[in-house]
Amino acid sequence: MAQQIDRTGTPAAERAPAAAAPSAAAPGPGRRFAALRRRMPRSTFGRHALITLAALVAVVLVLELTSPFRNSQFATMSYYAIAAAGLTVLTGLNGQISLGHGALMAVGAYTTGLLLTGDGGLPLPVVMLVAAAVTALVGAVVGAAAARLHGPYLAGATLALAVAVPGLAIYFDTALGGEQGLPVASPHVPSWFADAVYFLSANETPTAKYLAYVGWGTLLLVLLLLANLMAARTGRVWRAVRDDEVAAELAGIRLGRVRVLAFVVSAACAGLAGAVLGIVVRLAAPSGFTIVLSLGLLTAVVVGGLGSLVGALLGSALLVFLPPAVTNIGIGAGLDGTQAAQLAPFVYGVVLVLVMLLAPSGAVGVTKKLWNRSRKNRRGPSTRRTG
Amino acid sequence: MIRRSRRSALAAAIAAAALVLSACGAGGRPAEGSGGEGASAAVGITDTSVKIGAHFPLTGVAAPGYSEIPTGAKAYFDFVNAAGGVNGRKIDYVFRDDAYNPTQTSQVVNELVLQDQVFALLSGLGTPTHSAVLDYLNSEGVPDLFVSSGSLLWDQPAKNPQTFGWQPDYEIEGKIVGQYVAQNFPQAKVGLFLQDDDFGRDGELGARRYLDAQIVGAERYTPGNTDVAPQIAALQAAGADLVIGFNVPSYTALSQLQSLRLNYRPQWIYSNVGSDPGLVGSLLARFSQGAVTDAGLLDGVITTEYLPGVDTPDNPWTQMFQRVWNEHGGDGELTNYRIYGMSQAYTFVQALQAAGPNPTRQSLVQAVERAGAQFQGPWVAPFRFSADRHAGISGVEVTRITGGKTESLTPVLVTDNGDAPITQSASRPTTPPANGIPAVPVAG
Repeated sequence: MAQQIDRTGTPAAERAPAAAAPSAAAPGPGRRFAALRRRMPRSTFGRHALITLAALVAVVLVLELTSPFRNSQFATMSYYAIAAAGLTVLTGLNGQISLGHGALMAVGAYTTGLLLTGDGGLPLPVVMLVAAAVTALVGAVVGAAAARLHGPYLAGATLALAVAVPGLAIYFDTALGGEQGLPVASPHVPSWFADAVYFLSANETPTAKYLAYVGWGTLLLVLLLLANLMAARTGRVWRAVRDDEVAAELAGIRLGRVRVLAFVVSAACAGLAGAVLGIVVRLAAPSGFTIVLSLGLLTAVVVGGLGSLVGALLGSALLVFLPPAVTNIGIGAGLDGTQAAQLAPFVYGVVLVLVMLLAPSGAVGVTKKLWNRSRKNRRGPSTRRTG
Repeated sequence: MIRRSRRSALAAAIAAAALVLSACGAGGRPAEGSGGEGASAAVGITDTSVKIGAHFPLTGVAAPGYSEIPTGAKAYFDFVNAAGGVNGRKIDYVFRDDAYNPTQTSQVVNELVLQDQVFALLSGLGTPTHSAVLDYLNSEGVPDLFVSSGSLLWDQPAKNPQTFGWQPDYEIEGKIVGQYVAQNFPQAKVGLFLQDDDFGRDGELGARRYLDAQIVGAERYTPGNTDVAPQIAALQAAGADLVIGFNVPSYTALSQLQSLRLNYRPQWIYSNVGSDPGLVGSLLARFSQGAVTDAGLLDGVITTEYLPGVDTPDNPWTQMFQRVWNEHGGDGELTNYRIYGMSQAYTFVQALQAAGPNPTRQSLVQAVERAGAQFQGPWVAPFRFSADRHAGISGVEVTRITGGKTESLTPVLVTDNGDAPITQSASRPTTPPANGIPAVPVAG
């Protein structure tokens, strides 16, 4: 059991830097990999922290070496990934589905917009924490209701959330800006930060890059905390509840409490994601938080590989990078702008259908399967895992 | 012990990596500050080309109708390019899809400004969508010309020096409609059917200047909620026998179907935005699942116009745009939305000409401020551009839809925001230049 859990928690996080920069930890042949693993710190937190640190270096390198436009795309990817990481924990580990994460992001974004007032207001990290806390509170209320529901009923309840929350913003239009949305003051680049970046890379820090740093800093922190949570007792309990409720209850686990906790953690991630979205987009508007956003997050989680943090990263990368790439390919192939734009949702749909048909366990699931097969060939049967 | 030595080895490795990194870097900033803003003057423009960008809903709920605007603009730019461009520069027009979602607008505008490196933004569509990028474009110093929305947000030159409106704003449209009703239907009990945002608010503000005493009810709908039964029933209950709608086309169709259901037949007046007969007709057919097949319901509806439409094929401007569309358009017919896009493109060509042989981002904005009020084109009344004003077309004419065509009820009426009086336009109808390309002198 211990062995299995250790493995379930780790490989996901281990490949995180590989996703961010292929050079960081390319999995070599099995033996070398095992040797590498032996060199890792023994404690789970130490191991995760080390990987996060390596990922941070990779992020700095990538952000400094890519164009301002790529920086802005990475900033976009970061908030999708934060929310998707929260969702993959809820759905993949605890077995609860949520179609309302877009609405929870809206709560985070609106909180940020209300609290972040240009000059002299609360500092950005405090605002982001408050946004996460407020969203966690909303998550606790929703989670309390959700804990009693299953399957399609849970999907329906959270769907109602996704539909209702943007409506609230329109109803309280004097405070929340109505249909036009609430402008979010974009934070200025702190001079110490710009100086530090300049010290390292001789590059200036435009706002787009600073926002990408904020987003990715938050994302790495969230991934670190979630990876630990997944590998710890809480994660085991969540999995136990997901796999067999009766057995979990017999083992003394209180189902309701566990479910609410999972929802709260997931909601806090969505709130943080909303805060990052707010400062990146500079606006919190109801039309930005439609059901499409919630479904997009769920898609990212499923395509990437349910229950895997790396999967959440891959899935959100797909959400951000695929549509413009397809549009540009379309334009390159001689389609006019409108047709090329219509191509993107089409290709997106096709990718989704293909993944469901050919690789229902997502990108990470397929990679794991291939990895296990190559190991099995080398040293005989390996243990089968889920999640 | 072994583990510890490993740790220290690791720490050493990290320290070494940090050292290497800082060695690659500059270590410190040179004394002089950064040159950021000034250096961006030459972005997107060369001796042979100028690149401009736009964001439109090409997919999603707002796409019907609006997605045709950029195809019209593209056809006109192709037409100008085929004739040699402006000052030898071909206009490279890039438009991208934001699906009417502000989050995506912010992404595609980043793409246009940072990746495609456009010289200017032209006619980005939508109030919520474009307000998401308003600060960004102005802080980056990108000219943000002729936003496709009648909100008053685009006329704030002190705060947003790069942004210009284009179409008549909803407030002056509300004023002109209000005065027309007060003069021609003095006994009418007026109801208002409003979109619950700036669009409805500005329109109501304008209409109430002349109609405050006559208004018996104002009902608001939130976009996205397709049930307008409560609003229409409330207007009926209030006894309104004339309803002014400041709403988008889909809500024109919904309000028509709902009042049909309630057997409520007031005189309808829709703002220009919500009254395109072609689009409303197709929406009526879709919403009613074929029970209503054309825009016949709109017969007798009063609206306003500021551009010639496809229903007036004899208008010289329509003829010119028809020629452009025949030569350079893609699939489909010429529509009012395509004429809208072409008219914006026509305005942009004038702005580029006024900016002189070597335009910069700054000189383009200055040229519109200096010469914009004199630009002539298919629009019925002049722009209100100056150094202190970035407001668009100053007037509209009130028209009635009959048999799918429109007939004028008033001459062109011009006014301005606030309590400016409404006057009859002094300018005569213009005719297009023979070659279809404007020739504006350089703004002095």
